[in-house]
Amino acid sequence: MKIHIPSHLLDQIQSHGENAYPYEGAGLMLGQEENGKRTVENLLFLENAREEENQHNRYLITAEDMLLGEKEAARLSSSILGIFHSHPDHPNRPSEYDREFAIPWYSYLITSVNNAKATGSRCWRLENDRESFSEEIIQVISNKLK
Amino acid sequence: MPTLKIPTPLRPYAEGQSTLTLPGEVVEEVLEGAIETYPMLKKHLFNDEGKLRPFVNLFLGEENVNQLEGLKTPLSDGDTLMIIPSIAGG
Repeated sequence: MKIHIPSHLLDQIQSHGENAYPYEGAGLMLGQEENGKRTVENLLFLENAREEENQHNRYLITAEDMLLGEKEAARLSSSILGIFHSHPDHPNRPSEYDREFAIPWYSYLITSVNNAKATGSRCWRLENDRESFSEEIIQVISNKLK
Repeated sequence: MPTLKIPTPLRPYAEGQSTLTLPGEVVEEVLEGAIETYPMLKKHLFNDEGKLRPFVNLFLGEENVNQLEGLKTPLSDGDTLMIIPSIAGG
């Protein structure tokens, strides 16, 4: 499994995580999936809807924001491919809480942000049995799509 | 008949369909029709107690049916019901 992301979009995801520090930042990745190949084309940066005292280790994207994402994806003739979020001062692996609330099919891109500096991103997909995640390789592409 | 829009992650459980047109006078009947047609949808929409999973939301136009009459919200011909997940993590 691979997800292709233009480098400028990955930079934006990591900057968003740095700006949200020490809280978790989150948003949606929009793009195309053809024959199993996923390519991110646009990002939607969203508010972390969790109460402030929990935003350091939790995030929430409301159904209303997901509806907004679906409409934006339809406008761009694309799909919501997945969700990005940051882990302040924690590794870029899914937590047990991530697993509990994850939905199969979506790509979950996690950026580790240590002392307000993004130190790396990895991407994951929940298995259909909901028991574990498998890593999805991030293929950074240098050309801007639009 | 009302239309039910299926979000991308649930389409594999509905033979790839993005939109289903199903009979039903209330939200619950449309969901039941969807599950009858595609039984694999059931475990992703409802928990073992038969209640909608917490991250599953249903929108009638711009409104979350939770702010209307929930699963008993009446539907008219031509209404579009959308399944929208909310996303949480840590």
